[in-house]
Amino acid sequence: MPAVSMTVNGKPVTGDVEARTLLVQFLRENLRLTGTHVGCDTSQCGACVVHVDGIAAKSCTLLALQCEGAKVTTIEGLAEPGGALHPMQEAFREHHGLQCGYCTPGMIMAALDIVRRRGNELDEHTIREQLDGNICRCTGYHNIVKAIAAGAKNMGKGGGSRQAVE
Amino acid sequence: MSATSSATGIGASVRRKEDFRFITGKGQYTDDVVRPGETRAVFVRSPHAHAKIKSIDVNAARKMPGVVDVLTGAQLATDKIGNLICGWMIHSKDGSPMKMSAHPALAASKVNCVGDAVAVVIAETVAQGRDAAETVKVDYEVLQAVVDPAKAQDKGALQIHADIPNNTIYQWHLGDQKATAAAFAAAKHITKLDIVNNRLVPNAMEPRAALAEYDVGNDSLTLWNTSQNPHVSRLVIAAFVGMAPEHKLRVIAPDVGGGFGSKIFIYPEEVVCLWAARKVQRPVKWTSDRSEAFLTDAHGRDHVTHAELALDAGGKILALRAKTIANLGAYMSTFSSSVPTYLYGTLLSGQYDIPSIYCEVDAVYTNTAPVDAYRGAGRPEATFVVERLVEVAARQMGIEPTELRKRNFIKTFPHQTPVIMAYDAGDYLASMKKALEIADVKGFGKRKRESAHNGKLRGLGYSTYIEACGIAPSQAVGSLGAGVGLWESAEVRVNPTGSVEVLTGCHAHGQGHETTFAQLVSERLGIPFENVSIVHGDTDKVQFGMGTYGSRSGAVGMSAIVKALDKIEIKAKKVAAFMLEAAEGDIEFKDGKFTVAGTDKSAAWGDVSLNAYVAHKFTGAELEPGLKETSFYDPTNFTFPAGCHICEVEVDIETGKTDIVNWTAVDDFGTVINPMIVEGQVHGGIAQGIGQALLEGAVYDKDGQLVSGSFMDYSMPHAHDLPSFQVGLTETKSPSNPLGIKGCGEAGAIASPAAVINAITDAIGTENLAMPATANAVWSALQGAKPRQAA
Repeated sequence: MPAVSMTVNGKPVTGDVEARTLLVQFLRENLRLTGTHVGCDTSQCGACVVHVDGIAAKSCTLLALQCEGAKVTTIEGLAEPGGALHPMQEAFREHHGLQCGYCTPGMIMAALDIVRRRGNELDEHTIREQLDGNICRCTGYHNIVKAIAAGAKNMGKGGGSRQAVE
Repeated sequence: MSATSSATGIGASVRRKEDFRFITGKGQYTDDVVRPGETRAVFVRSPHAHAKIKSIDVNAARKMPGVVDVLTGAQLATDKIGNLICGWMIHSKDGSPMKMSAHPALAASKVNCVGDAVAVVIAETVAQGRDAAETVKVDYEVLQAVVDPAKAQDKGALQIHADIPNNTIYQWHLGDQKATAAAFAAAKHITKLDIVNNRLVPNAMEPRAALAEYDVGNDSLTLWNTSQNPHVSRLVIAAFVGMAPEHKLRVIAPDVGGGFGSKIFIYPEEVVCLWAARKVQRPVKWTSDRSEAFLTDAHGRDHVTHAELALDAGGKILALRAKTIANLGAYMSTFSSSVPTYLYGTLLSGQYDIPSIYCEVDAVYTNTAPVDAYRGAGRPEATFVVERLVEVAARQMGIEPTELRKRNFIKTFPHQTPVIMAYDAGDYLASMKKALEIADVKGFGKRKRESAHNGKLRGLGYSTYIEACGIAPSQAVGSLGAGVGLWESAEVRVNPTGSVEVLTGCHAHGQGHETTFAQLVSERLGIPFENVSIVHGDTDKVQFGMGTYGSRSGAVGMSAIVKALDKIEIKAKKVAAFMLEAAEGDIEFKDGKFTVAGTDKSAAWGDVSLNAYVAHKFTGAELEPGLKETSFYDPTNFTFPAGCHICEVEVDIETGKTDIVNWTAVDDFGTVINPMIVEGQVHGGIAQGIGQALLEGAVYDKDGQLVSGSFMDYSMPHAHDLPSFQVGLTETKSPSNPLGIKGCGEAGAIASPAAVINAITDAIGTENLAMPATANAVWSALQGAKPRQAA
């Protein structure tokens, strides 16, 4: 079995994987980082979104071996080491942008990528269009849109110390 | 409402306690649970909708790398594992009981839908299990599939189950056929509609999962399962499937990622995992992939209905009748029989004073996935029938749709409908008035003209819905065929240091009970919100509960908590009386403090709770130590949330695409515990209803293949398909529970499809439109119709 090495949430990790092992399986099963979820098998639901070298990626559609040497950030890597939440995480709680929580890690990671590409002032139309790759069955998206707009704004304010996740 | 608790008490939009773990990726869903020595289950499933199993050869599979065992339906039968059941008896018109087919957890001789499991591979990894599953050889004799429910009872249709002729499960009816016929005969106007309530796949974002573990030393089983009701699962698996006695079976429903009804039922997979875990003596975990979910999660809706409304010259409704064929799929799922009968026919009065109603429902088998409750369960189907009939009747008679509704609204309560339900409280005019204002219906004409300038057709559609929820008074549902009672339990444990744990029989899979239930307790006891924990989802912790569905957790679950808190208050006052050396009757309790009436002698909550357990101030003969009380609350009636939804659409004439430009919802849920959470429930329900009306539809081809078998082909609502919602509330408290709660979880899904279709048909000027009203469907309808002129 080939070995793979990468950095996940700032820590170097290695593991033995099959060639066909998906990144999401490596994260969930080898590293026991179960915050990244699997919700479909056609790469559409977005529950698996993580950041790979600073860019949002669907971890169900990447092989673990493709991430050799990459910097991967998952939902578990967002909060400060001391425990302070990322402004986007806070915004989801403040605006009730989650109910069952299953799509939420992927939503938050995707939201951060929207900010990276579109900035801190996001209007409703933009957010709705940009969430094409994320499905939620609980919230009807109304509060997710509000949360992302607020989170994006707060990220720009220095309400959070970080603008984007690397 | 207590003055000291306004920030975290009833009516406050408290931010949720459960959010921290979800937004940090620390939730524990069933697939996240890992047990030492865990194996993975991969099911071998039929690719055919209808076939005999001539033989099955698992020898090659057993030898594949990483395979622990491969088990078949024949072995399940040999081990005498019982079949899955439907727990609600429905009788036909002729008095005969419903015809429930055998439903083994693994098919041994015959498969009846694509996805029907015939074997299971137990392997070290999922990948090895899948590799092995591919080598299982099943020799099928393919039979013709019965797919269309409207044709399942035809003379030429193949009989799916032995001894169940015409694929007919039951032929049920409700109401007064003669009186209804007489009313129709005398009617000035009759509106007729043929309606298909399109089949849906619930698609909670978390796929179903089951993890079973066998403890050899204690001969006991533990099941982690994505269940909305772990105790019901435990009862069914113990008493009917016969897997183990109840006291040797623990069921844990940890964090569950959405249910919408689909996770109520007891499915083959958890039964097989339990059986396999005991056989291989290692934990067995199965997690559905999305393709499996499409094939095997209970689907929703799937009614074919002919409906008629009789009115007098003044637009007063005289009668309603409906004949429905309900597709229940290949097997009867756990509550399937109740959905098109007592959760449907009983709501055909809508918000209206209708003297006579008659409803007939034939439930049929087809070679498709089983169909059961899905958000709204029967009530979206009823509301669609009623609200389409009323809107179309208004158009046909030239009466403005809100005016026709006003003429027929029930105005005095209680109101006995002709279909069992007795509505206890409501003000339908108030909700409609508020909705009209919020939606700025007055300005619609102008907006319609502006749209026309831009080549778009603008339309307005109403849905004044009512539902029966807060399921349910046990004796009442028992008399209607339910095999269980539908009360709820709460155990309130006060700890010596004054913090409180509430063990509830409800289950939260998105509804926020850890927050809302804590709001209730915190306000009532005058203790900080942070000091209250809500415990659910484990049959080892909560003794018994009926779970969460049917918008029942507020009305029934919280009522149980109130009753338990009443008992807590009584006992705590006794303890305080000993501490303060006063008579029990002189103790007052307010804002977390016990006071001797007319004095300044008092004891704080924390001191009283400590004294209850330290027990130094009283003898065992005077008072038992401890401060813990239980209540099993059986509701005295259903509750009747109701409201008015108004949908405004713009249809593109060139493409048929519908944009929802405005959505207004005004709902009466009685007392609201947390407005933010209630609004969230409404949003989610509306989204699912819009999904049904515009986008979704589970499609089987003539061979019973599920054509819409993934998110590629089944159109789930995305953020860009939906508008933001304007949500308002009116309030008439439910008189039948202590808090006056009606419940809110399903209303959005119940009201919305009718509002959407009413709006689009208003825009395009033809009623000839079925759900989902895709761009293609609307464009096609437009080709045959002249749009109505702008007002």
